[in-house]
Amino acid sequence: MEFFLFAVYAIAACGGALAVVLTQNVVRMAFWLVVSLGAVSGLFFMMGADFVGGTQLLIYVGGTVVLLIFGVMLTASGPYVSIENSPAEMLQAGLVGLAFLSLVASTVLAVQWDDNFEKLSDRGHVANSGYNPEETGNTSRSLGTALLGMRFDKDLSTVHQQVGEEHVNHVHADHTHATAELSTGYLLPFEIVSVHLLVVLIGASYLARAKRHVPVIEG
Amino acid sequence: MNLLIAATTITDILESSSLTNWLPAWGVLFVVAVIHTALVGAFFGLPAFVFIWAERKVAGRIQDRLGPTRVGGRFGWLQSLADGIKLIQKEDLAPDAADKWLFRMAPYIVVVATFAAFMFLPFSDGLVAVTMDAGLFIALAVLSLEVLGIVLAGYSSGSKWSLFGGMREAAQMVSYEVPLGITAVIPVLIVGSMNLSDIAAVQAGGVFNWLIFHDIFTFLAFFVFFTVTLASNKRAPFDLAEAESELVGGFHTEYSGMRWSFFFLAEYSAMFFVSALGVILFLGAWWTGIGPIDSFFAGLGEGSFFGTLVLRAFGLHVFLIKSAMLVFVQIWIRWSMPRLRIDQVMTTCLKYLVPISCFLFLGATLYPLILVTVSGQGSLLEPMGERIPESKKPAVHKALSQTEASPSMFAATETERSEVAERSAR
Repeated sequence: MEFFLFAVYAIAACGGALAVVLTQNVVRMAFWLVVSLGAVSGLFFMMGADFVGGTQLLIYVGGTVVLLIFGVMLTASGPYVSIENSPAEMLQAGLVGLAFLSLVASTVLAVQWDDNFEKLSDRGHVANSGYNPEETGNTSRSLGTALLGMRFDKDLSTVHQQVGEEHVNHVHADHTHATAELSTGYLLPFEIVSVHLLVVLIGASYLARAKRHVPVIEG
Repeated sequence: MNLLIAATTITDILESSSLTNWLPAWGVLFVVAVIHTALVGAFFGLPAFVFIWAERKVAGRIQDRLGPTRVGGRFGWLQSLADGIKLIQKEDLAPDAADKWLFRMAPYIVVVATFAAFMFLPFSDGLVAVTMDAGLFIALAVLSLEVLGIVLAGYSSGSKWSLFGGMREAAQMVSYEVPLGITAVIPVLIVGSMNLSDIAAVQAGGVFNWLIFHDIFTFLAFFVFFTVTLASNKRAPFDLAEAESELVGGFHTEYSGMRWSFFFLAEYSAMFFVSALGVILFLGAWWTGIGPIDSFFAGLGEGSFFGTLVLRAFGLHVFLIKSAMLVFVQIWIRWSMPRLRIDQVMTTCLKYLVPISCFLFLGATLYPLILVTVSGQGSLLEPMGERIPESKKPAVHKALSQTEASPSMFAATETERSEVAERSAR
């Protein structure tokens, strides 16, 4: 069942991406981009990363693509904008794409998955300890606490080593019991990035503003 | 309606019981998924069906007319059905200048986005298709996809009216999403969870536990939220993109028949959705607001299977009545207020609603801190965590109630630490 769903979403994501490349009409491209990005967010949901999936929908599908279509609608000179590529461009783009594909494929194939399966399944182990069923896709709380510097999943693993495996289920993993040693968290970097983005936005709108010529009286 | 409850209960039984013995896991998943989808579909379609009739009837009464009177008895109950049959019969037209493929696709995007948002809406205690910690966030994210369908519809129609209508509509919806998000975050801030069921659960036990009465900022935030939902649903007085009484129909000028009715259906379902969201976030969700009744039904839910059923049925009815009342207010406003101009709409949003909602957000953040400093307690009313019976509490609220008194959530007291040590030693 999981594999079937994965296949559906993966095919939609890849097919959508291919269609973006192959379509000529810009707005249809945007539609296929929506299909592709939406399918990727479906994959996120399947992997139990609901917050990332939701963010993907909100920012990329609901925000960026709408902005893109807006841009096309506002700047189009004819009724339907389409892009026609010369064969040389197709060849160049195809070569770059193939190079990237081979890079990704070789990376994926180079990983020894057998050894790392245990590490991957560790997540489920931590999640099973009663407080926050991350397995079913509830990651927002752990994300929020990690932002503030409390990795209670990590705290849990230290507890786990101390008291032995069978007692893990009795430990409440909520953040009130997090250990005193906190990491610095991601809040500060996050804030710096967002303020930086704000500065960029204001700068862009300053550069792009309508420039009115003020008559200068000389002499 | 009671059939719906029975069906959800069946789902519960399916999820818990012996069915897993003779069906493979994916089979059970499939059956459960089909039932959930059918239920959500019913909740998506039925309110639209009722509210379209209500819109016509209320509009008629407000304008001193009778409204529908013929179809389905004296009050014209089945008017929506007659409308539906008429719309199905109409020819499915696409203009020559249209980008036909996108033109046909756009209504589906709108309907699917609205429909998918209903998945995360809890209708009563435990009556929700998908429970997620980030439920509110994802519901709003999914609902925001609606604008995409509208832009595409406007663009692909190949008509100036549609293009301008679509642009106006999209600009309006995108800019009103900002205050919508900010005001929706205020209850999240107070409850400490984005899970809609959790937000509903803390509002049990009396009208003063409703988040709208939590403090002055939430009280004002509700009205801002309601205004913003009017605009994001393109309802009057913000419906100038369509302005159906004086202009051509905006982004759906070129649509007819079923495809047009998809936009209509999505609009009325979205009306119900945002009203329901307002009820959950501010107006006590499925609780009546009368202390004894609430605790009686909550007590029923504690005990037997049957008690849970009664609680759910009762909660569902309370919830639907509250939401329907909000929808009625939307209809009432539509037929009594004049329409704004497009620049006034944008001014209202960007110059008034955004600053106001930012101020309310800030106020709601600082208010408990100031209260703690002045009076030593986080809330003038009963603390959040003590409002729900111990067994019903999700772990979130256990954590909340422990930290309610202390301004910092890092402050784990000595007794709690020893408790943990004790528990882990066992």
